[in-house]
Amino acid sequence: MTNSILPALIFMIGGFMIPFFRGRAKSIYMMLIPVVGFINLINIPMGDHFLMNFSDFKLVLLHIDRLSLLFGYIYHIIALITVIYILNFKNDVEYVAGFFYAGAALGAVYAGDLFSFFIFWEMLTIGSVMLIWARKTKSAQASGLRYLLVHAFGGLVLLAGIVLHFTETGSLEMLKLTLSGPGSYLIFVGIGINCAWPVLHPWLTDAYPEATIGGTVFLSAFTTKTAVYALARLFPGTEALIWIGVAMAAFPIFYAVIENDLRRVLAYSLINQVGFMVVGIGIGTELSINGACAHAFNDILFKGLLFMSMGAVLYRTGKINATDLGGLYKSMPWTALFCCVGAASISAFPLFSGFVSKSMVMEAAASGSHLAGQKSYVVVWLVLLFASAGVFHHAGIKIPFFAFFGHDAGHRVKEAPLNMLIAMGIAAFLCIFIGTYPKPLYNLLPFAVDYHPYTISHVLSQTELLFFSALAFTLLLLSGIYPAEIRALNVDADWIYRKTGKALYRIFDAVLNPLNAWCERIVRGVAGSTADFFKDAGAKISLFVAVNIWLLAGYRDKHLEIKKQKLYNDILQGTLPAGIGAAVTITFILLIYVLI
Amino acid sequence: MEKKHVFDDPRNVKRLLTVFFSSVVILLILDAFYILLSRMNVIHSHMNYQWEEFWGFYAFFGFVACVILVLVSKYILRPLVKREENYYDK
Repeated sequence: MTNSILPALIFMIGGFMIPFFRGRAKSIYMMLIPVVGFINLINIPMGDHFLMNFSDFKLVLLHIDRLSLLFGYIYHIIALITVIYILNFKNDVEYVAGFFYAGAALGAVYAGDLFSFFIFWEMLTIGSVMLIWARKTKSAQASGLRYLLVHAFGGLVLLAGIVLHFTETGSLEMLKLTLSGPGSYLIFVGIGINCAWPVLHPWLTDAYPEATIGGTVFLSAFTTKTAVYALARLFPGTEALIWIGVAMAAFPIFYAVIENDLRRVLAYSLINQVGFMVVGIGIGTELSINGACAHAFNDILFKGLLFMSMGAVLYRTGKINATDLGGLYKSMPWTALFCCVGAASISAFPLFSGFVSKSMVMEAAASGSHLAGQKSYVVVWLVLLFASAGVFHHAGIKIPFFAFFGHDAGHRVKEAPLNMLIAMGIAAFLCIFIGTYPKPLYNLLPFAVDYHPYTISHVLSQTELLFFSALAFTLLLLSGIYPAEIRALNVDADWIYRKTGKALYRIFDAVLNPLNAWCERIVRGVAGSTADFFKDAGAKISLFVAVNIWLLAGYRDKHLEIKKQKLYNDILQGTLPAGIGAAVTITFILLIYVLI
Repeated sequence: MEKKHVFDDPRNVKRLLTVFFSSVVILLILDAFYILLSRMNVIHSHMNYQWEEFWGFYAFFGFVACVILVLVSKYILRPLVKREENYYDK
């Protein structure tokens, strides 16, 4: 393989060159990067490329198989869409960070060994933090720093896991691991932090809504999906993942119902969707892994689309809280339409993309529950069904309703810029295309697909589920029971480190600072008095000696006072006659000698 | 005078609601037909669980799930987690 390039490098190096272009050439150049990357990618044959021997380690920088190809394709597609979306921002930091970040995700997906995987995994953190900080608000800086700390910790856990795993097995290959021994557990948890597992998740809901408008679209695509990829690669069929995924699918929907910031609502629903993928990987059958991967593919598109539509709203109105929005369909009809397509896709309406992928995971859970020893999968199925109804409720209805319909907040703004509309249009088209014609997507999946989403029972049952969820929303809203959006903050698991962090700071402040001050007082006191003493110690000792001599010699009163004053001044100012000076010095040394 | 939009007219909102409520009823009727036809083996029923064959199972589940979701969020979760917007800055 001499004439192909590492996909990650095209994005990273290509990204660093962006600031050298100007005007229209810059826009064309940026759109060309993912296109060139894609052409490069489809010309690389399956297998391992870019092998490097690094003392004992065998590094594989480019491992191409069906699983890594699927993620590579969608990363290129979403990179192109997002680049079109951010063309009007004219922010080089965002451009370079975005490409660096996307390149890191590609590098991690194609890494054929754990070490190069780790390197790209860390680059992912750097790129994403830059996208958060590029917003330049105070809250973005703070949450970016928290994001960095959490991911730096996660990276260390992963690194420790890889090192332990290497010492245990002597292998760095990206192959299926079983949970045994500390190495594999640490790798598992390290990936889990990026995958936003419950309790490890608040970095996501904290930081994503704080990033730049385009940054959030980038972020929604890469970090969690790369973690999903890593789980599918390293831990397929690990039963713990089923229950982790079930928790992920269930708990965020409650938060999403009461959250005011609409981009944060989407962040919660992102965790909910990733939950479906994690369940699919945990079940570990061909159908469920296919379902997880297909759903990751679709989620990148419809979640990107939803974040783009909310970004357009934020861009035009400057507002993102549900309390400040409403009635925008009047001034942003296209954005509203695209948002509804994204909402229908994430809710898995028939003919939209979620329908053809989410149900694969559900089906795998249901058929698994009939096998011996897997009775508990019934619970998995029921919770996932609950989560399916819930996701329609908060992402499918709440997002479009509060932003574009509902109470008219009086914003009279322009429609989103053309490039944003084109980007949303492409994503919306793909959502409907995959939903109506899933065959091309199914052909890309890791295993051969024998699944037909469009059966009468599936269409009917899913439509029933969604329409009656909508009925519940409508009736609750009309009766006034539906919780009004409130300007408030909802504490989540990040309370643990945000408040205890502050408490620790206060404790340290209360204990260590007084201790410090106290020590300083002692040191200053001792040093000060010592200095005072030694300032004229020589003069005082000489006086002590001289006065006794003078008393014996018969000097008294005024005469004695004058003599004392003269001697004291002479010693301090060094104006003593040389002989006397020498005598005093010798006396002083002798005195010390005697004392010692 | 600002242009009148679709939902500025309350009659249109009413029309939309009417369409929606009737489609909900139609779905339940379709479900009954579907169960009938699959019992008579006219169409093949693909079901994993017994309860899926009950009339309106998914309708009931979807409705109840969302009511529970909203009530739990409003009356249990929100009182537990709601804080002032500057809670973390204090």
